[in-house]
Amino acid sequence: MAPGNKAVGTERFVDQYQAFASNGAARAPAWLKRVREEALERFTALGFPTTRQEKWRFTNVKPITQHAFALARDAETLVPEQLDPYFLPIEGGARLVFVNGRFAESLSTVPEFAPGVKVQNLGAAVEESGKLVEEYLGRHSPVDDNPFTALNTAFAGDGAFIHVPANTVVDKPVQVLFFTTAGSEPIMSHPRNLVVVEQGASIQLVESYGGATGHPYLTNAVTEVSVGDNARADCYRIQREGDEAFHVATSNSRQGRDSWYSMTPVVFGGALARHDIWMALAGEGGEGTLNGLYIAGGNQHVDHNTVIEHAVPHCDSHEYFNGILDDRSHAVFNGRIIVRRGAQKTDSKQTNNNLLLSEDARADSQPQLEIYADDVRCTHGATLGPLDDNALFYLQSRGIGAEAGRALLTYGFGVEILNRVAVPEVRDCLDRLIKEQLRSGRGGTAP
Amino acid sequence: MLEIKNLHATAEGQEILRGIDLTVKPGEIHAIMGPNGSGKSTLAQVLAGHPSYEVTKGSVKYLGEDLVDMEPEDRSRAGVFLAFQYPVAIRGITNAYFLRSAVNAIRKHRGEDEYDVLDFVEVLEEKLKQIGWDDSLMNRPVNDGFSGGEKKRNEILQMAVLEPKLAILDETDSGLDIDALKIVADAVNKLRRPDNATVVVTHYQRLLDYIVPDHVHVLANGRIVKSGGKELALELEEKGYDWLKEEAA
Repeated sequence: MAPGNKAVGTERFVDQYQAFASNGAARAPAWLKRVREEALERFTALGFPTTRQEKWRFTNVKPITQHAFALARDAETLVPEQLDPYFLPIEGGARLVFVNGRFAESLSTVPEFAPGVKVQNLGAAVEESGKLVEEYLGRHSPVDDNPFTALNTAFAGDGAFIHVPANTVVDKPVQVLFFTTAGSEPIMSHPRNLVVVEQGASIQLVESYGGATGHPYLTNAVTEVSVGDNARADCYRIQREGDEAFHVATSNSRQGRDSWYSMTPVVFGGALARHDIWMALAGEGGEGTLNGLYIAGGNQHVDHNTVIEHAVPHCDSHEYFNGILDDRSHAVFNGRIIVRRGAQKTDSKQTNNNLLLSEDARADSQPQLEIYADDVRCTHGATLGPLDDNALFYLQSRGIGAEAGRALLTYGFGVEILNRVAVPEVRDCLDRLIKEQLRSGRGGTAP
Repeated sequence: MLEIKNLHATAEGQEILRGIDLTVKPGEIHAIMGPNGSGKSTLAQVLAGHPSYEVTKGSVKYLGEDLVDMEPEDRSRAGVFLAFQYPVAIRGITNAYFLRSAVNAIRKHRGEDEYDVLDFVEVLEEKLKQIGWDDSLMNRPVNDGFSGGEKKRNEILQMAVLEPKLAILDETDSGLDIDALKIVADAVNKLRRPDNATVVVTHYQRLLDYIVPDHVHVLANGRIVKSGGKELALELEEKGYDWLKEEAA
């Protein structure tokens, strides 16, 4: 990287930060101001990544620096019905809504929870439970080497804060929606979610992202999930951003002993989508799953950069990413599995399968195993290619026409992840969205 | 029902079938035997319409219609069924969903109402009862992670649900232990009716102890070199295929 290039494109974001720090963020507690300041410094030092950096080899973020993204000035007024398509039909569950990056209290509903459970805007949590937030914010998503995480941290304020005390079950999935409207100037938002599930507690979380079509905007989200000993966190992330949106995200988790964590990221939208995931298994007997799907068409670019870290012995991890790529879309999957020294009896399985429906679609898949223990089982496999002719013939030989057969095979590739979705409402919703997505021209048709 | 005359077929330019003649009548069971590479499986695939094979000469009439010009799905809708030697995994699609799609494609073609999920559950339960199986395979993705025996059983289950007029079983016995073989053969026998016919392609005589053929044909080097009754299978078991190869040469 040429020296001096680092700060290219960052000035605008620094200006935005100055305005933010002297205005809305001015009454933040001292510790948070310090965290933000340090994050901004880190962001300017790192600069935006270039394709010369290994982790960003296939993803050029330059277009992000070419828009004059700004924080939304006023809270947008939306009627609740506009957001209905983004919610699962779950009666009585909590819904937090954020419009243009800001908490929209009037659109949110938070029911009565068991004592001690908190589901609220992070900003409110800073005031009410500052110590807890201070303890956890940035713990699993450090700002060291990811400029987008640093940028998000500089603007950290709004987002979901969820705290489930020990041995407490939140029995209805919590839904969190981030929606961006068509602004007079391109809007950016930096949602910051913090989820702390204490020992023996349990939560289901559905994060959704959506926004206006035909307008460029930037969503730069960070979600940190801390899963205590013997705790469970079942998380879903449905990305349905507008067609000109840039969506950059980091989802990091850390699990205690005998814990269970599952993360299902599903990507349908955005012009450019990059998701960094770091799943750390830090207590013996932990089990973690990444269960991803992306369906892309047009000129969409979808990049997943995942790390599964086995820090201790006797943990299982499963990683499945399926992709369906049409037109000139491009998918990148980088799946790194780290087995730390002494993390014996690790059992880790990774697959990344890409279905290419067009000759111009492209997938770059890179598994990366770093194993520093000798008694482990780690498998990985990646495939890419068009529909299987033999499978199509098999369907035809059962009376299913060629076109319907192609649709069925494509659909099957998409819904394969649903076998690992535990929440029926999420499964039904994703099934419907996958069909819609395929019918919209990506993959031609759906059964 | 099926009338094959002087059938020649190639794969990647190489001639594999070199003049097959075979007539199958309703109610009959025919066994096609022969050594590896004799063209048995090719014949089965050609009858089902696999796009890798090209028919270069001869004709195949099925219920008076020219089978060669029909798309694979149209053959199926007309009642031809191939139990695959190597059933294909369909990721993400459960057996139940797949079977309902297949049955509905056929029903739609016949101008009948398509089954909804509940109708189909009833149909399926009845079929399972008929062949004496449970529904353990139904909610798993088609052939995905199935054992060899499960795959073969799944083929027969599809046959039971689709109710073909002409069933071609391509090495359905290979790789099965004797218990699994009996289960599969028993189901095939239960599905037998006076108006349907079965062509059993096999390398081994063993299956024919359980599915007793009316006619046995021996294929070698792309031609039927000998036909006879069920006793021919026993003779082959005893003498092997070498003496026929010499006759065919």
